[in-house]
Amino acid sequence: MKEARVIMDTGAHAAALAVKSARVDVVPGYPITPQSSIMEAVAAMVENGELDARFIPVEGEHSTLAAAVAAAAAGARVFTATSSNGLLYMHEVLHMAAGGRLPVVMCNVNRGIFAPWTLWADQQDSFAQRDTGWIQYHCSSNQEVFNTILQAFRVAEQINIPVMVNFDGFTISHCLMPLTLPPQEDIDRFLPPHKPEWRLDPAHPSSFSNVTNAAEYAPFRQMLSSDIMASIPLVKQAAQEYKDITGMWDGDTIDAYRLEDAEVVAFAVNSMAAELRLSIDILREQGIKAGLLRLRLYLPFPADDIVSALPQNAQVMVLDRNYNFGHPGGILAAELKSVLFGRRSDITVKNRVMGIGGVDLTRRYMAAEIRAMMDE
Amino acid sequence: MTTSIKQLPDNEQVLSGNGSCGGCPSPMALRIVGKALGPNAIMLLTPSCAVASMGMTPRLAYNWPCINVCFATAGSSASGIAQAVEILKEKGRLQGELPTVFNWVGDGGTYDIGFQALSAAAERNDNIIHFCYNNEAYSNTGVQRSGATPRGSFTTTTPGGKRQPKKNMALLMLEHDIPYVATATVAYPGDLYDKVVKAKSIPGMKYIEILAPCYLGWQFDMPDTVQMSRMAVRSGAWLLWEAENGKISFNNPSSFIVSGIKDADPVDEYVMKQGRFNRLLKGPDAAQRIAEIQGDIDRQIAFMRERAKITI
Ligand SMILES: Cc1ncc(C[n+]2csc(CCOP(=O)(O)OP(=O)(O)O)c2C)c(N)n1
Ligand code: SF4
Ligand SMILES: [Mg+2]
Repeated sequence: MKEARVIMDTGAHAAALAVKSARVDVVPGYPITPQSSIMEAVAAMVENGELDARFIPVEGEHSTLAAAVAAAAAGARVFTATSSNGLLYMHEVLHMAAGGRLPVVMCNVNRGIFAPWTLWADQQDSFAQRDTGWIQYHCSSNQEVFNTILQAFRVAEQINIPVMVNFDGFTISHCLMPLTLPPQEDIDRFLPPHKPEWRLDPAHPSSFSNVTNAAEYAPFRQMLSSDIMASIPLVKQAAQEYKDITGMWDGDTIDAYRLEDAEVVAFAVNSMAAELRLSIDILREQGIKAGLLRLRLYLPFPADDIVSALPQNAQVMVLDRNYNFGHPGGILAAELKSVLFGRRSDITVKNRVMGIGGVDLTRRYMAAEIRAMMDE
Repeated sequence: MTTSIKQLPDNEQVLSGNGSCGGCPSPMALRIVGKALGPNAIMLLTPSCAVASMGMTPRLAYNWPCINVCFATAGSSASGIAQAVEILKEKGRLQGELPTVFNWVGDGGTYDIGFQALSAAAERNDNIIHFCYNNEAYSNTGVQRSGATPRGSFTTTTPGGKRQPKKNMALLMLEHDIPYVATATVAYPGDLYDKVVKAKSIPGMKYIEILAPCYLGWQFDMPDTVQMSRMAVRSGAWLLWEAENGKISFNNPSSFIVSGIKDADPVDEYVMKQGRFNRLLKGPDAAQRIAEIQGDIDRQIAFMRERAKITI
């Protein structure tokens, strides 16, 4: 049996290695900082024959996703990646991908959105795509990016819903961390070749995304809504089987740290949630029973898992790296409150927006913020 | 020799029963295209009359696998499919001959919102055929102007008549240095058929634009589609040409007009038969307006005559 290999790698390059391991067929791409490194790496792999795929250098992100969904409709396994304004530019096609039930996997390297310009991370870009019908993971380490892309293909192809794998620009995309690469045989076992249920096939002329009457449209939408919810067990199954095969675990829908006896629970996504583990340790040293609930799956929002994971009478400190414009605070807080309502009246939810556009979030700063929130 | 209508093959890719208006040029042209392409093809459509009339889910009037894509994305979507079928075939996951990947798109989806993606597909020389059925307006949404609407034409967004000439889209595509570009129209089915057969045999990006007179937008009598198409060619308002590897040649009868062997019909009769022009020709400036339309046509003929001489 072949051994896993450990290397030092950036999150962006880890993503490209996952694309290679997934034996993707088609990759349309368009550059945007901090995503560009993924596309550059994939283009190089295709050029030098490491990856037997087609790289399509399109002229913009609207076209990126259009080429991606069309290639998926033709039966290919398809990957692409973007960031920030690129993701916003795709918005129309995001809807088409989900409505058309085309299992594309896309990385979004989280970056604040224009205006004014910023290059640094927050989650306004991915959260703004909430209602497009995509499954959304948010990752907190380079290893998790690699692992999640493979899990995302499994889930996407099982249920014919596109999956977005999000992680922070620079903090994850450009920083080196140890990366374990499982043997290719193990990955092939976890992710078998893509066998689409249907594709554009001249032997079976049929229409994709054709015009409908309300009588047909409504059931299509209803099916999408219920299938997205039905992906939760598939997400868990993918995480579990990935662990069984590779030994690696990043959580499934959620990822808990020192949560069981916690009285104060931090609730967050992405790289700040990795740093928050250290904040939790600091708070514990100060005698505060603190814990962390990292949301790994933002969509579908894993309500049951959150509701059952939160300890009795906990104060939940939601740390949002985004704004919920028109409401005070951030988007995660609003989402969390909506799932707790009527189910967990023992829980108190407090919320701060921080780290917008890459403002540095250190363990000490976040520990101090959580302490301050306790007194509010 | 141009294929005659009697020599066209019997296969029908446009099935009987679709939602277009009587006399609609889109299924008329598509029927000829289908005879040339045969069944082994994948069709892409952008929002247009061709989509509105293709048959509502689960019915389908076009006998190919069809996908409706976002309005701006004919170029990129077709590239995605063309690249996908090629790699799947290379990897042994697709058997048989590669299907022809083709777009069936209006002038709106070609000249305007789809221009960027189409230009990029052409520059990449992806292996697709882009058909533009050009009815010189956005017919599906109620006849608004497009970049293909000629000067002087009424549309619902040019209520006083369009003040700018149309752009020469086929020539713009040719300037992308793609292997094949052609223009056609429904009154000359053999010419269209031959061009599609040729396009099908050439790898890379092919662009075929079909003038498609639409009774609703142009305001003529429904049974006169083919006659309007012929008048457009005879007046020189539409030139039939093709370019293989950048070398332009004109097809009959446009070749006679361009070479000066035969004069084009004056545009008056063509214009007066169409409500989109003649409703604006009631005032004292009618003669000047017609002269402007004639001027645009004469300039295009002269320009294309000179452009065809460049063969480097
Ligand atoms: C992004 C987007 N913008 C606008 C529309 C509305 N729309 C649908 S069809 C159409 C016009 C199509 O014109 P053309 O491509 O010339 O085809 P025709 O209707 O003339 O056959 C428009 C504007 C749309 N579907 N999508
Ligand atoms: S409006 Fe014109 S293009 Fe549209 S279906 Fe009718 S005839 Fe055809
Ligand atoms: Mg049109």
